[in-house]
Amino acid sequence: MELIFELSSPGRGAAAQHPPVAADLSAIPEALRRKEPPRLPEVSELQAVRHYTRLSRLNFSIDTQFYPLGSCTMKYNPRACNKLAMLPEFLGRHPLAPESHSQGYLACLYELQEMLRDVTGMAAVSLTPMAGAQGEFAGVAMIRAYHHARGDTARREILVPDAAHGTNPATATMLGYVAREIPTDAQGDVDIEKLKAAVGPQTAGIMLTNPSTLGVFERRIKEIAGIVHTAGGLLYYDGANLNAILGKVRPGDMGFDVIHMNLHKTFSTPHGGGGPGAGAVGVSERLRPFMPIPVVGVADGRENREKGDLGSLASNDSRFSTPDSRSYRWLDENDLPQSIGRLSAFMGNAGVLMRAYVYARLLGREGMHRVAEFAALNANYLSARLKAVGFDLAYPTRRASHEFIITLKKQKQELDLTATDVAKRLLDHGYHAPTVYFPLLVPECLLIEPTETEDLQTLDAFVDAMTSIWNEARSDMPKLKGAPWTLPVRRLDDVRCARQLDLRWQPAP
Amino acid sequence: MPFIPHTDSDVRQMLGTIGAPSIDALFDEIPADLRCGKLRGVPEGLSEMEITRLMSERAAQDGRLLNFCGAGAYEHHIPAAVWEITTRGEFYSAYTPYQAEASQGTLQLLYEFQTMMSELTGMEVSNASLYDGATALAEAILMAARANDANNSLKVLLPRALHPYYAEVVTSCTSAQGLVTQVMPFDAATGRTKPDNADSVAPTAVVIAQPNFFGVLEDVDALTDWAHAQGALVIALVNPTSLAVLKPPGTWGARGADIVCGEGQPLGAPLASGGPYFGFLTARKAIVRQMPGRIVGRTVDLDGKQGFALTLQAREQHIRRAKATSNICTNQGLLVTAATIYLSMVGPQGLAKVATASMANTRKLVNALSDLKGVGEGFTGPRFHEAVLSLPRPVAPLLRGLAEAGIFGGFDLSTHFPELGHALLVCATETRTDSDIRLYAETLGRLLAA
Repeated sequence: MELIFELSSPGRGAAAQHPPVAADLSAIPEALRRKEPPRLPEVSELQAVRHYTRLSRLNFSIDTQFYPLGSCTMKYNPRACNKLAMLPEFLGRHPLAPESHSQGYLACLYELQEMLRDVTGMAAVSLTPMAGAQGEFAGVAMIRAYHHARGDTARREILVPDAAHGTNPATATMLGYVAREIPTDAQGDVDIEKLKAAVGPQTAGIMLTNPSTLGVFERRIKEIAGIVHTAGGLLYYDGANLNAILGKVRPGDMGFDVIHMNLHKTFSTPHGGGGPGAGAVGVSERLRPFMPIPVVGVADGRENREKGDLGSLASNDSRFSTPDSRSYRWLDENDLPQSIGRLSAFMGNAGVLMRAYVYARLLGREGMHRVAEFAALNANYLSARLKAVGFDLAYPTRRASHEFIITLKKQKQELDLTATDVAKRLLDHGYHAPTVYFPLLVPECLLIEPTETEDLQTLDAFVDAMTSIWNEARSDMPKLKGAPWTLPVRRLDDVRCARQLDLRWQPAP
Repeated sequence: MPFIPHTDSDVRQMLGTIGAPSIDALFDEIPADLRCGKLRGVPEGLSEMEITRLMSERAAQDGRLLNFCGAGAYEHHIPAAVWEITTRGEFYSAYTPYQAEASQGTLQLLYEFQTMMSELTGMEVSNASLYDGATALAEAILMAARANDANNSLKVLLPRALHPYYAEVVTSCTSAQGLVTQVMPFDAATGRTKPDNADSVAPTAVVIAQPNFFGVLEDVDALTDWAHAQGALVIALVNPTSLAVLKPPGTWGARGADIVCGEGQPLGAPLASGGPYFGFLTARKAIVRQMPGRIVGRTVDLDGKQGFALTLQAREQHIRRAKATSNICTNQGLLVTAATIYLSMVGPQGLAKVATASMANTRKLVNALSDLKGVGEGFTGPRFHEAVLSLPRPVAPLLRGLAEAGIFGGFDLSTHFPELGHALLVCATETRTDSDIRLYAETLGRLLAA
């Protein structure tokens, strides 16, 4: 498609969108003025609307396609969450607006904190991190602050399983730690003996995903927690896979000291073509003083109320009422003087938090328990059916969590079939590809996560497509190697993209 | 069951295929002693009708204040089409465009966005967004420290006239990597930043905010040349609306800024209590490999047809892991979608009008409030669309009085800038009318007279 700049004509514009005044530059000192206007598009409103509507139609999305992208939890994003987060009063609220005019908003955030605290089994929750990676940053920063507060500055290593998301080691580096890899054993669990050998007085903590990125539950988690805690380290839970265990088992009960949740995964806020996310963090009692600010508290100082007391939130009588008996306020550095500080200018991705709040209230207690149940049912069903087709599961003896891995190692050797070939051919069938080549330790892998919101017919149709590809690999390999055939573009030249950098449009000279 | 489509017969059939007796059996690898019981802190679910009622009541409870506060978040008109299109499911419910062929819509849009930000800032390359303005500044500082070949310093000079929360975020996000900040003071009369490297240790980067936190326009050419003479890279922190009319950082001083960053919120994102917004970051091409975040490039497909893909991924965490330029993964794609549509719709003339109408309205506001007894302008320097006012009495009670009258009167500077006395930061964008400004002046006048 043409670029918006190629539709541009000098002097054209969307007049209804301009303030009805002439641009008067006289108040700007001459030396500070712009000499040439920026070459932004000059198009009509209709041209802009049509261009971006057409562009949108070149995308795959959850609303249009099954999107089994492993580790990303591409479940249905209920429209109510968007609509209610975008009520005019919430959109119009300035981030620094006085608490007196923010009680409805603060109530939502407070109750979200409380619900997340309960589903994770942690002592307290801070909502400010703006994505999973920033939640990781906050978590490891708290671990660091905890050790430093005790005068223990010798701990320089963060342990990371080799199957971990790339964000884990990258986060450790951003906090000045050395990331040390721990291998995985043949069953997909952390190699306990190697872990024992790796821990010591240099260990600040370990970052774990459970279920792991291999799609299996880390069965010896209590033992791992014991080993790391005995060495004086803390346990960090990467919540990327929280959808698998929501309402079944809680990170706090597994022994984790700090956890981040990807609200754009488990709590169904939209992925938006690459964000915004939200990476709320939960902490154990000993890390509470270090939480990132701001946090929402009850104004009368009762924020440390007993677990489970949610007042009006939990009462059936007040399902429709606003909580008028209580007032809320921001907690900041005065309340949490040992906080790791601010991670965003204001309150993180506030609108994402509001969407997550609406989603949590729609699900309710029973709904939370069902998330993991049906995510696991769909994943195990899909893995059983694909295994029957002939695909090799990476961990065939293990129960799938909410996702599972197929490896094409054998088919690569026998037929030269790669994960990329399958991924690209799936696009022709109208399915977004699974995550490919991650985790790094499984060769030619496809990480498949159907999520709980997909129906049986969709899963069966996906199996049909995979079966067709399986057969095609034996009958018409060029069809696979050349895929996709039906999309706006065919396979793109990534090497040229990186070597002959073209990162912005330039007008013809 | 909300959002779960399975019928009882589906469940039976699926369990049969799996060979499991029950759904619960699918969790048999989780040690029994770890399994949790009922969640006690989560209430019963609500229907969409019920949650709609609850949220509407909470929204109404907060109401809407007539806003005269900027301080990093600006209330601009957003064309209706911007969010109508942005929230189309194809944009809203897609993810990071890893599968380029199935994501050309998002990828082309990001390429257009990168072009627009490069144009506005006068730089060669742009990334596809960071979380917000404050973290963009932190990332820019870390990038500068990696990219500066002239020295190995870990010192960064920040203006005192910087958003105080940005300064806090910079500390939170960069101190663990050894970076230390030192402050450049501002001139008490003009509000402009003084080039001052107190301890003479060469800085790796100097941050220049244009306008600065007080709305004052800096002498960016002089500051840029001074910073370069110290061996530092120059990081420009800018308001994107202002760049329609202000000199782009790429042309500051003799050599131009090296990295430009800022808060993208004024470009089509609603105030929305502080987010989601987006950070932007542009730079000289020579240091593109030190950039954090996603970057989109234009290339060709097997048939030689134009297409777009994520590129330079060897910088990123999913490839480079512990050696990545940043841990950032998910960024702010949807907000960039809104910003790209916004900029297409307002165009260069529209953005210039938004900028100058906001400047004019703030001028009117300052004039109206300065007529009140005891109220004066804080600084004499030229300014963009925010201004510091000095008040005759403590600011907080006055702001409370204004809020009771339905007005959000601005940002109280006295906590973070006690040296300014009873100082208030105000802003009136193009969305404020003459009668809005009159109402503010009359209300403040009443409060001061009481």
